[in-house]
Amino acid sequence: MTTRRFIGDTVTLTGRSLRHILRSPDTIITTAIMPIALMLLFVFVLGGAIETGSDSYVSYQLPGILLITVASGISYTAYRLFLDLKGGIFERFQSMPIARSSVLWAHVLASLVSNLVSLTIVMGVALLIGFRSRAGVLEWLAVAGIMVLFTLALTWLAVIPGLAAKTVDGASAFAYPLILLPLISSAFVPTESMPGPVRWFAQHQPVTAIVDTIRSLFSGTPVGTDIWVALAWCVGILGLACLLSMIAYRRRIAG
Amino acid sequence: MNAAVAERAPTIRVRGLEKSFKRLQVLRGVDFEVARGSVFALLGSNGAGKTTVVRILSTLLRADAGTANVNGFDVSTHAAEVRETISLTGQFAAVDETLSGRENLVLVARLRHVANPRVVADNLLDRFTLTEAAARKVSTYSGGMRRRLDIAMSLIGDPRLIVLDEPTTGLDPETRIEVWRTIKRLADDGATVLLTTQYLDEAEQLADRIAILHDGRIIVNDTLAELKRLLPRAKVEWVEKQPTLEDVFLAVVGRPGEKD
Repeated sequence: MTTRRFIGDTVTLTGRSLRHILRSPDTIITTAIMPIALMLLFVFVLGGAIETGSDSYVSYQLPGILLITVASGISYTAYRLFLDLKGGIFERFQSMPIARSSVLWAHVLASLVSNLVSLTIVMGVALLIGFRSRAGVLEWLAVAGIMVLFTLALTWLAVIPGLAAKTVDGASAFAYPLILLPLISSAFVPTESMPGPVRWFAQHQPVTAIVDTIRSLFSGTPVGTDIWVALAWCVGILGLACLLSMIAYRRRIAG
Repeated sequence: MNAAVAERAPTIRVRGLEKSFKRLQVLRGVDFEVARGSVFALLGSNGAGKTTVVRILSTLLRADAGTANVNGFDVSTHAAEVRETISLTGQFAAVDETLSGRENLVLVARLRHVANPRVVADNLLDRFTLTEAAARKVSTYSGGMRRRLDIAMSLIGDPRLIVLDEPTTGLDPETRIEVWRTIKRLADDGATVLLTTQYLDEAEQLADRIAILHDGRIIVNDTLAELKRLLPRAKVEWVEKQPTLEDVFLAVVGRPGEKD
């Protein structure tokens, strides 16, 4: 009974959030435009000078661009959640007999849908400028699975500032470091070219493992242990972000 | 609890309610009861703690001490049951600006799990004269329309207790009279209404019983007639009554608001 109610309420509220997104299509476009611009910059301006050892730089840098797409997309979740809290509709939901966590899950699922749309747009542009993949159905499914997991993890991370922020700017500013993280990883430049401490950071931060996994899946080469490291990072961030969100949520609704 | 007892029991029973925010003690032992089917006004100046009482009763806030019962359920131990039977209209219209009026009503109807959400929405649009604006985004609504939609949203699922937190604060006189009319109609239909206000005339217009919250305590709780008896006996004097600015405003804009 309660599970059915939770699912029903979550579906209703996700529908609401998706309507918000549909009515401000600019949020999807701006989410996609920034990574596309970065991709064009890397491929057509910087790429020629970067020695990666792979035959196509478009294919080399795409995984990093996909992660940047998600990182810039999720800041809208924090923004929308913040507006709900500010506008009083959150309190209306709280005073109604609905499953309480539905309110958060709806924002997270809507974020997942809108990010998948942005990712599809970015992939489309990548194909236009020469991205080709040797991945089979299984590899594509694996890429999709990792992206879904990564989006969920970052979205739950975005829920925390959405609940805790005092201003709109504060709610969305947290995303900037997440957008920059792929730049200090193996996403655009092989880590071997970096000086010691930077290389150490680049090789041990989550983006590198995720990027290397997706890159191997795209090129049809064995993924090795990277995939387990990538999954561990995604699941770890997801779990921690979920936990912290729930704490922020309780604190918020306790007044 | 059998039906006969439930019928006689007050809708709200508050005993010794206390609440502090950090060092600031907002409620210092609040007691009151609201009888079924009555309109009860909680009157107090800004910062008197009215909203705190409302938030505790609508399960948004936990009290530090004391008990609050709504429709026979304790708000701290049976929050879910309390939420089934109340509706809250907060100080600021809690509507979704991006959705249309109808979509707002359908959304709440779905979340309240009522049958035929669309029919419920259409009936309320009609009842609150919002049918014409039903398909428009709420961000284009006037303050009065927004308030009407807000109250309409609160009525979905036929809550047995309607809580209105300063329903007319910040509204123009015309809209205020419109909201009063709405509340009177709710009362005529037999709803129990708890209303907070900082306007004496609002309490006088609407409430069967008025309690004054001051310094975290209820200092007076009585009917209007009894409250009036607290003051010295009325003297009969001849006074030339100047129109108030409100009378002028209403005359000029051509809405005889006091007609009903």
